[in-house]
Amino acid sequence: MKTLKHIGQLGVKELLSLARDPVLLFLIAYCFSFSVYTPAKSAVMDVINASVAVVDEDDSEVSRNIRAALLPPLFLPAARIAFSDINRAMNAGQYTFIIDIPPRFQQDLQRGVTTTVEIIADATAMSQAGRGPEYIRNIMDHEVRPFWAGSRDPRNQDLVKLNIRARFNPNMQQSWFVAVNQIINNISVLAIFLCGAAVLREREHGTLEHLLVMPLRPAELMFAKIWANGIVVIAAVMLSLFLVVKGALGVPVAGSIPLFLLGLTIYLFSVTALGIMLATLVRSMPQFGLLAFPVFIVMSLLSGGQTPLESMPLALQKIMQVVPSTHFVSFSQAVLFRNADFSMVWPDLTKMFVIGCVYTVYTLSRFRKMLAAVQ
Amino acid sequence: MDISVHDCVVRLQGVSQRYGKAVALDDISLEIPAGKMIGLIGPDGVGKSTLLGIVAGVRRLQGGKVQVLGGNIDDASFRNAVSSQVAYLPQGLGKNLYPTLSIFENADFFGRLFGQSREEREARISDLFASTDLSPFRERPAGKLSGGMKQKLGLCCSLIHDPELLILDEPTTGVDPLARRQFWELIARIRVRRPSMSVLVATAYMDEAEGFDWLVAMDAGKVLATGTPDELRRSTNETTLERAFIKLLPEEATRGHKEPQITPYKSSGGPPAIEAKGLTQRFGTFTAVDHVNFRIERGEIFGFLGSNGCGKTTTMKMLTGLLPPTEGTALLFGKPVKGGDVESRRRVGFMTQAFSLYTELTVRQNLVLHARLFDLPPEKASARVTELLTGFGLEQVADTLTESLPLGIRQRLSLAVAVIHEPEMLILDEPTSGVDPVARDGFWELLIRLSRENGVTIFLSTHFMNEAERCDRMSMMHGGKVLAQGPPAQLVAERKAKNLEAAFIGYLEDAAKEQAAARGEPAAAAAAPAGAEVNVPQTAHAAVKSRFSFGRVWAFARREAVELLHDRVRLGFAVAGPLLLMAVFGWGISLDVDHLPFATLDGDDSSLSRQYTDNFRGSYYFEEKSPLSGYPELNRRLRNGELRIALDIPAGFQQDLARGRQPEVSAVLDAAMPFRAETARSYVQAVHGQYQARLREAKGLPPAASPMKLETRALFNQDFKSIYAMVPGDIMLLLMLIPSMLTALSVVREKELGSIANFYAAPATRTEFLLGKQLPYVTVALIQFATLVALAVVLFQVPVKGSWLTLIVGGVLYVLASTGFGLLLSVFASTQTAAIFAAAIIAILPAVQFSGMFVPVSSLTGGAWFAAKIFPSTYFQAVSVGTFTKALRLVSLWPQVAALALIAIVYFLVSVLLLKKQEA
Repeated sequence: MKTLKHIGQLGVKELLSLARDPVLLFLIAYCFSFSVYTPAKSAVMDVINASVAVVDEDDSEVSRNIRAALLPPLFLPAARIAFSDINRAMNAGQYTFIIDIPPRFQQDLQRGVTTTVEIIADATAMSQAGRGPEYIRNIMDHEVRPFWAGSRDPRNQDLVKLNIRARFNPNMQQSWFVAVNQIINNISVLAIFLCGAAVLREREHGTLEHLLVMPLRPAELMFAKIWANGIVVIAAVMLSLFLVVKGALGVPVAGSIPLFLLGLTIYLFSVTALGIMLATLVRSMPQFGLLAFPVFIVMSLLSGGQTPLESMPLALQKIMQVVPSTHFVSFSQAVLFRNADFSMVWPDLTKMFVIGCVYTVYTLSRFRKMLAAVQ
Repeated sequence: MDISVHDCVVRLQGVSQRYGKAVALDDISLEIPAGKMIGLIGPDGVGKSTLLGIVAGVRRLQGGKVQVLGGNIDDASFRNAVSSQVAYLPQGLGKNLYPTLSIFENADFFGRLFGQSREEREARISDLFASTDLSPFRERPAGKLSGGMKQKLGLCCSLIHDPELLILDEPTTGVDPLARRQFWELIARIRVRRPSMSVLVATAYMDEAEGFDWLVAMDAGKVLATGTPDELRRSTNETTLERAFIKLLPEEATRGHKEPQITPYKSSGGPPAIEAKGLTQRFGTFTAVDHVNFRIERGEIFGFLGSNGCGKTTTMKMLTGLLPPTEGTALLFGKPVKGGDVESRRRVGFMTQAFSLYTELTVRQNLVLHARLFDLPPEKASARVTELLTGFGLEQVADTLTESLPLGIRQRLSLAVAVIHEPEMLILDEPTSGVDPVARDGFWELLIRLSRENGVTIFLSTHFMNEAERCDRMSMMHGGKVLAQGPPAQLVAERKAKNLEAAFIGYLEDAAKEQAAARGEPAAAAAAPAGAEVNVPQTAHAAVKSRFSFGRVWAFARREAVELLHDRVRLGFAVAGPLLLMAVFGWGISLDVDHLPFATLDGDDSSLSRQYTDNFRGSYYFEEKSPLSGYPELNRRLRNGELRIALDIPAGFQQDLARGRQPEVSAVLDAAMPFRAETARSYVQAVHGQYQARLREAKGLPPAASPMKLETRALFNQDFKSIYAMVPGDIMLLLMLIPSMLTALSVVREKELGSIANFYAAPATRTEFLLGKQLPYVTVALIQFATLVALAVVLFQVPVKGSWLTLIVGGVLYVLASTGFGLLLSVFASTQTAAIFAAAIIAILPAVQFSGMFVPVSSLTGGAWFAAKIFPSTYFQAVSVGTFTKALRLVSLWPQVAALALIAIVYFLVSVLLLKKQEA
């Protein structure tokens, strides 16, 4: 009971301190607004605004139609370039695709003579080069059909129709995914750096020692930091989810918000514990930066948010299981997009909680040792 | 022009300085005579440091005129020229020193700053070390020196360039009396050698000021009086300077002031409050506290007298349970101290050396917080807070933020917080350090009241003699050992000394002799050489005045590099970190999608429908899971993430197909991760297309496609392996993030620790300083670059197909830009926390999302496009992927290379513009 009271009072102190730090408040606001909106709006791994050029050696009605049909949001308006410019333009990374329409294209189509269109793709643009040609083919098929005599022959119909339906995100909009992923990244970076740096600052200013000579337990200090910083992050995440993600970006959040809140709380517990643990492992702020930053980068890139977890080598997938963000990414995707219920996500929740407990126990065992080390 | 002929070394006219609402200097006019030892006396916070900072040129002058050595100090070019004739030792022990550098490296750095040649530096340093007895410790890190030695080293560093004006800001605060005496002897010897040199000293010790030539008494930003010590004493009819000073103060400042009176201590019997037996603390090979024994009775005031670093604080930490002792025991109220013992802490109040309350809370909030943390019931808590606010004279500042209060009031608040739970014992670590004499006396009255009226045991440490004299019993500490213990009067009598200070010096000299004898050396302290004249080669002054000097850049760079080399942990992270991350990324980041789990809901269950599913089996891209039995199961298994694809083959599939009725197969994709879903869709379409083609062939039908054939030619990366795109991207990412993080702390760290004052006071330009700062990190980053490229080629087998030269040139420029970005943040930020945080948050977004690593830059729009254009990652990503994978040469990549060069230059120039050469 006393313990709970102490945790509460120390936490209020954390909140008062935070309220008086405008720079930090600004960075938090930045994290959950600009840093969510901008990438979601434009930096998405999808064929969006793909830059395309057409070498139109035919300049016929059909080739002009094709050029006009390459439209946003999939493609930027197609540029028309000369055949001799292809190499230079590709080397400069000016276009991701160049479509080369051969001479007599329309004529050949009308006569039913095979004619070959070449699509040159910049294969280093991994996220677009693979799927772009598929889109281009669909658009061209559509434009070419009226000019091809055989299209009306019933024998040329499909034998089996394929109907592909995308669940949970019918138009496969990357922005939904990116926005949520950015939120997850920012939760991690804030939790690790806010809490870790706060512990180091208290140590450098001597206030940590001051608290430890009072009738307080290290655990009380730690949980006070966790709940206070946690509540700020939760508030920011909720605002971001409703104002930026649902509001400005128009992403329909499918799942249960209370369930998401529960997972968020558990995740914050484990990731702030991680931040505090890292702070107890180092001796100075520069060392903290150098340790915490790589940890964060790994969390951000390898938890399954940036690239699919299944694509990683099995051993690495296993290693990433001890990092709480892996479970949170999987949890968030399940709840926010697939509307998963508790029975489907409890393993993720349990794992995050257990990981957080392990960090906490280890950190507490180091707390006094850490103070002794700063002589 | 010979400056010593001027009769006045510094002239101030109407100088005013304010920080926010606080007035530091209030319209001061003053003429300071040359060639003399000048003392600025007065308590803390009256503006002494501000005045010295302005004279030294390290603080920006806000109003008025200041002439130093015959020129206007507000003129930047004069300041630069005169800085080689002025030396400035800022306040705070060793604050201008670099703790991880050795004694010699510290002095050597200052010599280099003033453009001295190697021989000259050697000669001067040997000379200075000889006269300060530092020679035997040349290789010891400055951070491990005692306070007295730090100040001696600081003095050596200041004197290395033969200044005309030496400015010392409280050089002996916190130094033991023996070291203090030696310090002033040293200054006197130097003045004999260089009679033209003027020395300007700020001090809070009045006894020191007695020996100066001329004094300026200051209070509340104003000059109270000037003159020789004799003149000041005579004008006030007092016998000591301390009393003379109190008399000079305006009446309201001294109202209610009286010398604290102590009633003698009467033992109440019972077990001792504190007992230490053979208490020892070792840190590695260093013994901080060496078998210390003492007993403190209940209700007694017990003092620990000793210099900084003698083990006082460590002893107190062991008593509070913050540090477990290496040997020996500590008993509080007869019970051994345990780290986790919460209950015993309710009986003790503790006040740490530095002010350690929350400066972002108000006085009242601090009191209320602590009342609650000590579990005072709410009614009692608020009564107690009110009581303390009145009793400690804090009512008027109750709702003021603690950070804006003067030190004296903060210390009173600290004490109020320490007694809020009415403890039986108080442990106070240097409670009056930095507090002015009047406030100190007020503080002691509170202590005496607590002890005599409430019977509180008080254990405190101090380096003030007159405070130690007020204790019932005291203990003199030095080098971790207790030299003597007893009532102060008795200690003085035992040594037959004239006062406590003399007694302490006597004990210190004995200890030094013993130590020297133990090492088999002659006692050096007493027999310091008289400072024989040494013929030192002189540097031409032209070299010092030159506008840009590689020597000074090198001096800064060398110093930063040595510091980095001494910090093994940081260096290890810097070199091994990127390699490890690269290995993990190269291995783990992949955009290849395969082994997609799928299951079929086969409503037909015919040979043809099974044949359809067969097409998906055995493919590397798909992995079949147990079949589905109905739509609810299909939904559930998609929702819980078990399946990415569900195939739905309708009943009658076989029949419809045979009759040419176009059966419709559905594929339901989990699109929660759109990238993966898109890829899955194209795989499904491809498999379906192949199936149909085979079916048509079997039925003897012509292909259904139009005569238009599409051929896709994948340039640069024929088999779409993401490693060829990702590994060059990883290099881009790591060379941005790690070097900028390293550099981001370089300048702000010096700002926070105070050594930036060296740069303010040195004849160095901002460009020289920043170049020197950046150079070591560029070197580290280039090593990272080399190892990362080697890793890419050797381990990941990603060859450089294009021009090596372009890659190297681009890499060097990129590293200049990324360290430049760190430098920019470092110049801009005011705390290390902010710098680290900003580096992490600001760099990662453009480097990961907008650089072209995952999304082509040509697809970016709006804010993202703009961020991509002003950030170097975008350009180096093009160079890295271009030279590794696209086989490009400089002919195609020169715009990106040029952009990198431009960005590197712009970042550097903006840093130079933002960097201040003076404090505000």
